[in-house]
Amino acid sequence: MRETKFKLDWLILPLLGIGAFLILWFAFTKTVSPDLPTPGKTWELSKTYITKPFEKRGELDQGILRFTWLSLVMVAKGYAIALILGTPLGFMLGISKTFAKCFDPLIQILRPVSPLAWLPLGFVIFAKAKGNVSEVAALFTIAVCSMWPTVLNTAVGVRSIPQDYLNVAKVLKLSRTKTLFRVLLPATLPYMFTGFRLSLGIAWLVIVAAEMLTGRPGVGGFLWQEYNSNIPEHIILCIITIGVVGFILDRLMSLIEQRFRTA
Amino acid sequence: MAFLELSHVEKSYGKGAKAFQVLTDINLQVNKGEFVAIVGYSGAGKTTLISLISGLLKPDKGTVKLNDLEIVEPGPDRAVVFQNYSLLPWMSVYENVYLAVDQVFKNWTAVKKKQHTDDYIKMVNLSAARDKKPSELSGGMRQRVSLARALAMDPQILLMDEPLSALDALTRANLQDEIEKIWREARKTVVLITNDVDEAILLADRIIPLSAGPSATLGPEVMVTIERPRNRKQMNHDPNYKEIRGKVLSFLLGEGAKKRQFVTRRLSLPDIEPEDISQGMPGFSSNRQARRKKEIKEEVVEIDS
Ligand SMILES: Nc1ncnc2c1ncn2[C@@H]1O[C@H](COP(=O)(O)OP(=O)(O)OP(=O)(O)O)[C@@H](O)[C@H]1O
Ligand SMILES: [Mg+2]
Repeated sequence: MRETKFKLDWLILPLLGIGAFLILWFAFTKTVSPDLPTPGKTWELSKTYITKPFEKRGELDQGILRFTWLSLVMVAKGYAIALILGTPLGFMLGISKTFAKCFDPLIQILRPVSPLAWLPLGFVIFAKAKGNVSEVAALFTIAVCSMWPTVLNTAVGVRSIPQDYLNVAKVLKLSRTKTLFRVLLPATLPYMFTGFRLSLGIAWLVIVAAEMLTGRPGVGGFLWQEYNSNIPEHIILCIITIGVVGFILDRLMSLIEQRFRTA
Repeated sequence: MAFLELSHVEKSYGKGAKAFQVLTDINLQVNKGEFVAIVGYSGAGKTTLISLISGLLKPDKGTVKLNDLEIVEPGPDRAVVFQNYSLLPWMSVYENVYLAVDQVFKNWTAVKKKQHTDDYIKMVNLSAARDKKPSELSGGMRQRVSLARALAMDPQILLMDEPLSALDALTRANLQDEIEKIWREARKTVVLITNDVDEAILLADRIIPLSAGPSATLGPEVMVTIERPRNRKQMNHDPNYKEIRGKVLSFLLGEGAKKRQFVTRRLSLPDIEPEDISQGMPGFSSNRQARRKKEIKEEVVEIDS
């Protein structure tokens, strides 16, 4: 009895929440903002994008999963750069007090800078770069913005390695590389993955902004274009897509994170 | 010349005014193959002493020598069984022991190293738990892994820092028997730190009490003359047992228990100056000066407890 009730809870309650939200949304379109499309109309105009998610009709007229895929590829590249740079940087900050003292203030200053500020700088830096300048600038922005949680969490992780583990490494006289790969790295891994998860969240935030500013095809680019073509239904479609994808990414990362936490 | 020799060793934590003296004038000699137990109060500096021998800490003054060579850094010839096991939680029992074996016997073949690791896991009766992670083991099992890891390194000296303190009485007795058996077979030089006098009497050739801190130092040694193999039950009736126990405890509870405590007292010395009449009559004026100069001194006094 109790079992079945509990089972329904996790399904019914969120549906209830969404239902209430849809009603509010509908009421809003009828009262405050007649320009806001109703939920029904949004579905009407968006359904081809959802039912044929992989169709390509034009550069900025593609199925929603196709756009999502394009955005995800960009995120993956920028995120990979962020991790490749951020993890060693975090390690250095964690291991060396001198290094930390040198660079900590700098990091604290660079960290809060918005992606909107980095992007133009990316264009300037990579103006003469081979290939697609807007792509390189976008990657630069994603990497620079999303790297900090990885850097800081890795540094904290290294600093909080229990002295016991280091003592074992010392008594066994492990070489530097062995100490790094058999002791320091495994001991820091749970912290690193927390950083990785937060970084991915930021990378996903940044890609949308970067696409909007560069007009690159992707969820964010599509959103901006549809704003310019005055199709607000598609803006809503994009917002929902961004939210759902971000949620799924976060879930996936926290699953991985959980595995390392218990290890 | 003793195998392990500490002379006039001093150690404090912190620097300058905040320095906290833990060990003072530690002199210790351990012969090859000898089993020495050091018994002391909690917080007296037992771990600090073991760390000085293992090389994890350096003495402020004095020298620590093994085989007449001064110890300057930790190394696998001085295996440590740490107080809190210190197993690496991401490695299985096998991997924890293998890490040490692999490190010490670098030029052995993989097969030989594997065999050696398994032998020592078997020695501490953990073959069934070989592939488990430390988090899946009980406290006693973890301590056995730690012991296996230390023994598998085939060290010149085995340093055990309260290896059994965290265990319940039954497991403790069990492991004591195992340690005794292993020592009889391997005849390693052992320094065992413990807070249990009976454990020391059961296992050691010689017991040295460590006084309470701060500034702890070693007391007079007590030889354990009871024949081996020692039996916990029979030992209680041995006349030697009572005498040994009495000697160790009388130091620990008597002279060695003396905490050197200092208090700072504010002393008001008697005021012998005459009243200053030029100040005028005591009135209602609020900014009236004090007319007596009291002499206030601070004095540091050592107290006996
Ligand atoms: N790294 C450190 N920095 C400052 N003080 C320390 C440090 N390590 C230990 N101490 C102090 O030195 C004293 C002795 O510590 P130690 O760990 O050697 O004691 P112990 O005899 O092993 O205690 P226990 O029986 O609890 O294991 C304690 O008062 C402790 O507070
Ligand atoms: Mg201790």
